[in-house]
Amino acid sequence: MPARPVHDGMFTDTHLVGGRCAACERYHFPAASICPHCGAGETDTVALSATGSLWGWTAVTAAPPGYRGEVPFGFGVVELPEGLRVITRLEEADPARLSFGMPVQFALAPLHTDDDGNQVVTYAFVPAGDR
Amino acid sequence: VTRAVEVAGIGIHPFGRFEDRTVTDLGVTAVREALRDAGDPQFQAAFCGTAYAGVAAGHKVLGALARTGAPIVDVEAGCASGGAALMLAAGAIRSGQYDCVLVFGMEKMPRGIIRSSFFEPWREQAGLAATPAYFALRAQRLMRESGVTKDHLAEVVVKNREHGVDNPNAMFRGVVSAEQVLASRVVCEPLHLWMLCSPNEGAAAVVLRAAPIGDAGPRVTLEAAALRSHLPGSVLSEATPLSGLADDAVDPPTTLAARAAYDEAELGPDDLDVVECQDTDAARELLSYEELGLCPRGDAGKWLTEGVTRIGGVLPANPSGGLLSKGEPLGASALGQVVELVTQLRGQAGARQVDGARVALGHTVGRGANASVVILRR
Repeated sequence: MPARPVHDGMFTDTHLVGGRCAACERYHFPAASICPHCGAGETDTVALSATGSLWGWTAVTAAPPGYRGEVPFGFGVVELPEGLRVITRLEEADPARLSFGMPVQFALAPLHTDDDGNQVVTYAFVPAGDR
Repeated sequence: VTRAVEVAGIGIHPFGRFEDRTVTDLGVTAVREALRDAGDPQFQAAFCGTAYAGVAAGHKVLGALARTGAPIVDVEAGCASGGAALMLAAGAIRSGQYDCVLVFGMEKMPRGIIRSSFFEPWREQAGLAATPAYFALRAQRLMRESGVTKDHLAEVVVKNREHGVDNPNAMFRGVVSAEQVLASRVVCEPLHLWMLCSPNEGAAAVVLRAAPIGDAGPRVTLEAAALRSHLPGSVLSEATPLSGLADDAVDPPTTLAARAAYDEAELGPDDLDVVECQDTDAARELLSYEELGLCPRGDAGKWLTEGVTRIGGVLPANPSGGLLSKGEPLGASALGQVVELVTQLRGQAGARQVDGARVALGHTVGRGANASVVILRR
């Protein structure tokens, strides 16, 4: 089945696509033409690290509005070496199996099949070594 | 400042579910009651807080009452919409633009997890528009950073539901035990169903009037109405961004609004007698204690356990029962707090009365981010 990203320009098969501000030198996600931290208009699109550490997590047990995929699913915050904390799905839906600072790595997560028969995918992180 | 702002009248439509009433009906009930309470004054402007009621929602209410002609402005600031309306009204009176302003808010919330036009469709499809999950992440960080436990979270619900028993305007009026709270299903770990407030329906209204400074009397004055948005950088800010910086020093919007309100009222947290604070979920109430500066960072759980925030304690929080008992109609939420606090300051709160209450604080925070802090004094 052909795969289609849930939104363009946010991730590739291997990593998140973010931005770095030339003025304040801080990173952001998703990529933006204006730095969300300082407002400067000089940003570069960059590949963000595919590995990070777990900063917070939970599991979503009931389908939120507009969501057509399976439940439960993992949900959390991953801290990347760029000094960035990213809201993400986690490919681990049992909160008891996760811990603070746990190493995690980028992965693609299947969501649902769209009307044209494409597998819609989004970005996620998994405990390092699980995949 | 040459003029004080008096709360001349309050009105409320109970919070709950009312299948046979429109959002306009709810607003009409609250506005009529507030105008009657104020002696039916001629108001020169009206500000209406609502997030879901649609175009010209405030006009429909005042049209139904044959009270149009003055400017009517709808104000949307998420959970703080009523606080935002109050800020605009108070500022207009202080500046001398108007002498009497009507402020009201109402809502009929959709059922289930709140669907918000705030989230783009792709974010919904990816499962990232799960509002309770963001609450859960904040709860987990509070537990890690402030020593709050799941038992504390259950205790917040027990306290607020106990307070709500005596509030005729609340949706849930039965006591619950910590065991029952912890036995309700997990929505997003660590939050169980009963630790989350129910979006619902309701309305509240307040009449503000100019009063001479220092004119003693039984009146309740609005000492501050501050509204603040978020600063960039915090991943768990109520702005619900997709990322933030690895930086824990960013002040949350609640702290920014509280600081502004304390400055405006020329007082501090030690001067407060009663508080109504945001308790969309049980952890949010404890976070509010800390972000408002009511207690030092890390002491919220201890405060709760010591009974400081129970009716009868040093600083009762949510004597109305909070959103956990009342439910949350966004546009009416902040003004519902003001109605409760004015009732407390007037000494008319009956079984839930906080003895000798003279200075009161109301707080809401939510999507935007928007945080409002209101300070009232008798």
